[in-house]
Amino acid sequence: MESVTAVQPGIQTFKKQSQAKEVWRRFRKSKGAVAGLLMLSVIVFLLVFADFIAPYALATQQDLAIKLQGPSFSHLLGTDAFGRDLFARIIHGGRTSLSIAVLATISSCLLGSALGAIAGYFGGRIDSLIMRTLDIFMSIPDILFTMAVVFALGAGFINLLLALTLAYFTNYVRLVRSQVLNLAELDYVEAARAGGSGSTRIIITHILPNAMGVIIVNTTLNVAKIILYESTLSFLGLGMPPPAPEWGLLLADAREYMRVAPYLMFFPAMAIVLCATSVNLIGDGLRDALDPHLKS
Amino acid sequence: MSETILDIKDLWVIYKTDLETVHAVNGIDLRIGKGKTLGLVGETGAGKTTTALSILRLLPSNTGRVLKGSIEFHGQDILGMNDGQIHAIRGEKIAMVFQDPMTSLNPVMTVGEQIAEAIMLHNEGIVTAEVDRRVDAMLGMVGIQASRKDEYPHQFSGGMKQRVVIAMALACEPELLIADEPTTALDVTIQAQVLTMIKDLRNRLGTSMLMITHNLGIVARTCDDVAVMYAGEIVESGTVEDLFLGSRHHPYTDGLFGSIPSLTSRAARLTPIPGLMPDPSALPKGCAFEARCAKRMDICLQRHPEKATEGTHCILCHLYGEKS
Repeated sequence: MESVTAVQPGIQTFKKQSQAKEVWRRFRKSKGAVAGLLMLSVIVFLLVFADFIAPYALATQQDLAIKLQGPSFSHLLGTDAFGRDLFARIIHGGRTSLSIAVLATISSCLLGSALGAIAGYFGGRIDSLIMRTLDIFMSIPDILFTMAVVFALGAGFINLLLALTLAYFTNYVRLVRSQVLNLAELDYVEAARAGGSGSTRIIITHILPNAMGVIIVNTTLNVAKIILYESTLSFLGLGMPPPAPEWGLLLADAREYMRVAPYLMFFPAMAIVLCATSVNLIGDGLRDALDPHLKS
Repeated sequence: MSETILDIKDLWVIYKTDLETVHAVNGIDLRIGKGKTLGLVGETGAGKTTTALSILRLLPSNTGRVLKGSIEFHGQDILGMNDGQIHAIRGEKIAMVFQDPMTSLNPVMTVGEQIAEAIMLHNEGIVTAEVDRRVDAMLGMVGIQASRKDEYPHQFSGGMKQRVVIAMALACEPELLIADEPTTALDVTIQAQVLTMIKDLRNRLGTSMLMITHNLGIVARTCDDVAVMYAGEIVESGTVEDLFLGSRHHPYTDGLFGSIPSLTSRAARLTPIPGLMPDPSALPKGCAFEARCAKRMDICLQRHPEKATEGTHCILCHLYGEKS
């Protein structure tokens, strides 16, 4: 910042450069982040056009005549114990896994950020109430908590989403609260107050946009965590009900055939790893790109 | 005397924490006339900013508290207003310019958006074209090309940022502008520019002003009336002439003048005021300035001085007490 402010006033040499462009320029510098972005683009492409690449029927139709076949041209990644095409199961399963992960991240981010902003900005009793309630949530181990929610409400897309949201929103509350505590002290927030802005307006237009960098990075990194977590849940049989394919479920099914058909375990595991890695790489890249201290 | 726009009477403000009670403002009286500028002078920690924040009711809600006194704006009691009423006054009737322009602008909004926000906030239902026109006009008024409104604060220099801040404050044509050390963070050449601009705008718009500063030069240049603040009290007040040309002064004011380098006489050293301001959480019973005063008397330790008034000139000191 200092180097920019030192420039004389009135000279029109500044190139207008939007925040997004600037971030993209710095993001591109990191090879890992770009690789992650490419990898994720391929994965998302496969998932979005899954129906055209391999119809859903292939993923659910049983044909015992071709069970447990290794990878071949007719079945790219082989078939499972019921003769279902593994490739089709992976890409269709990914749709559920990834959309749950993304939706759960978004909903936990919204819920957590809102509560964190309220707690941090208003402080006092509201803060204590929110934070102490949060402590209760956080004192229960995540896996136990989600299992309890799914057991109580039954397995299903919405319930899974709810369980994951409740398990993960706590991070955001703490993160956003600490950001807001810092930002609310700044002069421009005081100036906005002196200018007659109400609390809601100050939080939405002045505080949250300035905390956005941190929130975005955390969100990206959380997607990877939730992908893994969601796989764990479905591995334990708490995910989507069968016969819907899902990455964790594929792994769980493959366990029995580990000795005869190790590829059944290898490919879904690879899918999870690739997906989580690419999202993590992007998150790291974004963190570096959005960090104002590393501006160069 | 002109119509009174802001009238502060016997204002007491404390900051209360679990550990101590800080007596920041102790019974001050201030009055600002329409179109007039009052300079509030004093060293760091004298309570100047606290006074300003009290006027807008922006004291930190968990610690700051007004003990007693009244602040009247056009005869309306600000301290008794509800949230809706005070929101309507902030920014629209009374605006404030903060000390540090580097941090008073939101780094992620363009300057145009920030000025527009101030305008839209106080003019509901205004059309976009009209907002744009007024943003351009405001920028032009503070001497910034309207073409730069899509730039971010970090693309501006310190002096330019302070101009933007002033444009934001004046965007709704407030009746009273509180400027809290508006030039302290700027270098001297830019200070002069900004002060000239403030003075110019004030004359053009007829805005009253409360100029908070610790620089007597700024007071001489911009103010009509002056109040010298020390340890939460106004120790001397009057017109600029009273202060700069008058013969009788509070010893603290004398000390302030003694601390300024002179262009005409050669002196090896300045004469600073020795010592520090008393701890505002444990103020003495007598005169707050007693420990540092060159003219202290026995009575100063025992009794709090009374105000001695002579026309527009008030001094809070035992030296002049018996004459009034």
